[in-house]
Amino acid sequence: MNLKQGIADISRALAKGEYSSVELTRAYLAQIEAQNAALNAYITVAPERALAQAEAADARRAKGETGPLLGVPLAHKDIFCTRGVRTSCASRMLDNFIAPYDATVVEKLDQAGMVTLGKTNMDEFAMGSSNESSWYGPVRNPWNHEMVPGGSSGGSAAAVAASLCPAATATDTGGSIRQPAAFCGLTGIKPTYGRISRWGMIAYASSLDQAGVLTRSAEDAALLLQAMAGFDPKDSTSADLPVPDYVAALAQPLKGLRIGLPKEHFATGLDAEVEQQIRAALAVFESLGATLVEVSLPNSHLSISAYYVIAPAEASANLSRYDGVRYGYRCDKPQDLEDLYKRSRSEGFGAEVKRRIMVGTYALSAGYYDAYYIKAQKVRRLVKEDFTRAFEQVDVIMGPTTPSTAFPLGSKSKDPVTMYLEDIYTIAVNLAGLPGMSIPAGFVKGLPVGLQIVGRDFDEARLLNVAHQFQLATDWHTRTPGTQA
Amino acid sequence: MAWETVIGLEVHVQLSTKSKLFSGSSTRFGAEPNTQANIYDLALPGTLPVLNAEAVRMAVRFGLAIGAEIGKKSVFDRKNYFYPDLPKGYQTSQLSFPTVGKGSLTITLDDGTTKTIGVTRAHIEEDAGKSLHEEFPDATGIDLNRAGTPLLEIVSEPEIRSAKEAVAYLKKLHSLITYLGISDGDMSQGSMRCDANVSVRKVGDPNFGTRTEIKNINSFRFVEKAILVEAQRQIDLIEDGGKVIQETRLYDADKNETRSMRTKEVANDYRYFPEPDLLPVIIDDAFIEEVRSTLPELPDVKAQRFQSQYGLSAYDANVLAAERATADYFEEVVKGSGDAKLSANWVMVDLQAVLNKNELTIEQSPVSAAALAGLIRRIKDNTISSKIAKTVFEAMVAGEGDADAIIEAKGLKQVTDVGAIEKIIDTVLANNPAQVEQYRAGQEKVFTFFVGQVMKESKGKANPAQVNEILKSKLAGN
Repeated sequence: MNLKQGIADISRALAKGEYSSVELTRAYLAQIEAQNAALNAYITVAPERALAQAEAADARRAKGETGPLLGVPLAHKDIFCTRGVRTSCASRMLDNFIAPYDATVVEKLDQAGMVTLGKTNMDEFAMGSSNESSWYGPVRNPWNHEMVPGGSSGGSAAAVAASLCPAATATDTGGSIRQPAAFCGLTGIKPTYGRISRWGMIAYASSLDQAGVLTRSAEDAALLLQAMAGFDPKDSTSADLPVPDYVAALAQPLKGLRIGLPKEHFATGLDAEVEQQIRAALAVFESLGATLVEVSLPNSHLSISAYYVIAPAEASANLSRYDGVRYGYRCDKPQDLEDLYKRSRSEGFGAEVKRRIMVGTYALSAGYYDAYYIKAQKVRRLVKEDFTRAFEQVDVIMGPTTPSTAFPLGSKSKDPVTMYLEDIYTIAVNLAGLPGMSIPAGFVKGLPVGLQIVGRDFDEARLLNVAHQFQLATDWHTRTPGTQA
Repeated sequence: MAWETVIGLEVHVQLSTKSKLFSGSSTRFGAEPNTQANIYDLALPGTLPVLNAEAVRMAVRFGLAIGAEIGKKSVFDRKNYFYPDLPKGYQTSQLSFPTVGKGSLTITLDDGTTKTIGVTRAHIEEDAGKSLHEEFPDATGIDLNRAGTPLLEIVSEPEIRSAKEAVAYLKKLHSLITYLGISDGDMSQGSMRCDANVSVRKVGDPNFGTRTEIKNINSFRFVEKAILVEAQRQIDLIEDGGKVIQETRLYDADKNETRSMRTKEVANDYRYFPEPDLLPVIIDDAFIEEVRSTLPELPDVKAQRFQSQYGLSAYDANVLAAERATADYFEEVVKGSGDAKLSANWVMVDLQAVLNKNELTIEQSPVSAAALAGLIRRIKDNTISSKIAKTVFEAMVAGEGDADAIIEAKGLKQVTDVGAIEKIIDTVLANNPAQVEQYRAGQEKVFTFFVGQVMKESKGKANPAQVNEILKSKLAGN
């Protein structure tokens, strides 16, 4: 049994009866037991639920049922509510929170027959780019334990990279899927805003949050997305559009594909060795028949500033519900209402969460609203227009996912602005609501490099296709820690 | 120089949708605490709002009824503040793009004159829950059954100039929302709540004085009293050389005074911003026309019709048309009785007196419209006199049966037999020779004495017109 396999391979093995879902699940649980302490990738492991699901999947298969996800294990980022299993969002505030409902994403994957191994670590309330803001402690990068795995979906990325699960769900508000994918040598996709329901996914910044996956390959991502995507009447912002056949689209050849290279993403700040790897990957695309076109995203340098107004503003309201009244953390012996609020929130939230709540509260306050919030929304429109113009010339946009490879634990956590700059290439994509991907494209000093691919609205099929064709021509995505250093 | 009161009203109307504004929970009043609060109402993490389309339709109905501009694109906003009965820590409301824009409604004052009051806007928002301070020692209980119930907040222009006008405006609003079927308008259950912005100025002064806001007044009567007492407080204050402070005040009905609320509440910065969990509501012309086609006949139009169709006075028509239930009752009585004027009188005078005395609504009337029509038919066909009819009506109110049964059982049928009436008159004249002399000597006022005696002798059942006629003829010596 090869735990380094991805979903597609596992699916074939299960279908052939090489092993059962229960056997596979036990093997992953054993792997987690053995290695999680060193990585801290999981916050909660759910062996009982996992084995019950695995047994059910095996029973379904015994009755003749088939399906690409039937009996396949995965892990959920601890931002997705899971009925009966703690959903903490990596916050002390929700350390005791057990949701009486499943997120739509969880429900859909459950129905497809998947097995939930547990809940993965993350930055608290998805606020961070290094997974160091978790109440449960930082996650280590499986490629080098001194390095961060990226964030906020660092636990999901580390778990997949270390083969503690074959795939994991994740969320991306400013780069939280793509940056950890890049740092951990994985395939990560953040679909178009509205493609996947946000119901049951704990909100950070509602207009930017989007669910996605971290996998070993584009094919795996296609299989998962197929089950996750689609309109949900419980999420008014989910798109009421048909879901194309992502797997069928993978095979399309890339001849004639026009790839846009934003000149702003190949400028000062980009690590030279990372650039080399990216240029080499682009050459592979050229060899597959694609053409490279320089494009410009002139307002993208404003993205981080705009993001750090809009996201905290929405977060400041989204996190108001954590008040110690109905559920979650409550301070000891509150003296009165104000004391209850003040201490519950001061003690229940970590520093980065409090920083963003305060920034957001400030940006929305009387007298500052126009200067910050309204202006940021204008920038957001300009950023979107940049992409719209670029997509008149090209089919996809490519560049580095991050300016450099994974950085050492603790090296940026004291300086929020340096940390925020980590997302310089990814954040504009969230502001524009577009689908974005990161795929493995080489190594620098033993650490993975990620190539970002951005597509038109709801063009996930194209992104997955482009990534898949690249993965047929390269083997970066098959490398695992230990095999390449 | 005289003082003038300037009033603007903000009225919260609870829309009578079956489920809440953003969740599927029931809106029924009076359930056990927290039995009508689901995971969205409790603001559990990851839950999202789904707009109740019926609430939007109701708001549009109201907008069309007051001739307002309908927002083609209305946007929900988050109004942020912390309070335990506000689970999300923000109220979802509409700030810059309300569903209903500028409109107006016309009020009728006691002297019959009318005045048009501008409505600035009406926006949709969710209600908060309730904090229960009294039930628990050393703690506060929270009931979230009401949290998320849809409200329409209707904001008037500061064009109301007296407490009486304010009450007339509220009554008109009440009339409209119940006509439209968008709310039960029950103030005692909080289905209609009123905040009054009150200021005073010298008559002729073009500038407004500093206003205070009286929060949550829950009856027409209290609105009138609260405004009167607050205006007087402001006048006294200014005349004593003081200054009105802009603040929120509460009306204490027991003491008939307004009191300042904590000024901290006023200083709240609500940090409104567009609700990212909801899309803007797009309302197209086709939808507006569809809603318009389902509007009922509204009170002003109905009052006009009552005048032209039934020949009622403007006053009677307005009174009868003001509430849909009264208007429907009246029209059913007319239909059954065939006499609009008698019907109007009976509904407005006799029936209303019974309802007032027993504190009943017309829906709770002990006498149905069909039964009242039956009584009026007996007046019209001379079975009973108007006077006897009042006795019959009393018995109907007491539940003794319909008019015919009561007339029969009590033997109240009017005597119209000429022979029988002549017999009574003969007896009366024979028993009162002195009065007959007086009459014949020219003292014609004695005539009413004879009428009285005859009616008494007939136990009120003799037909008055016939009595008059026969009596005159006999006294004339025929």
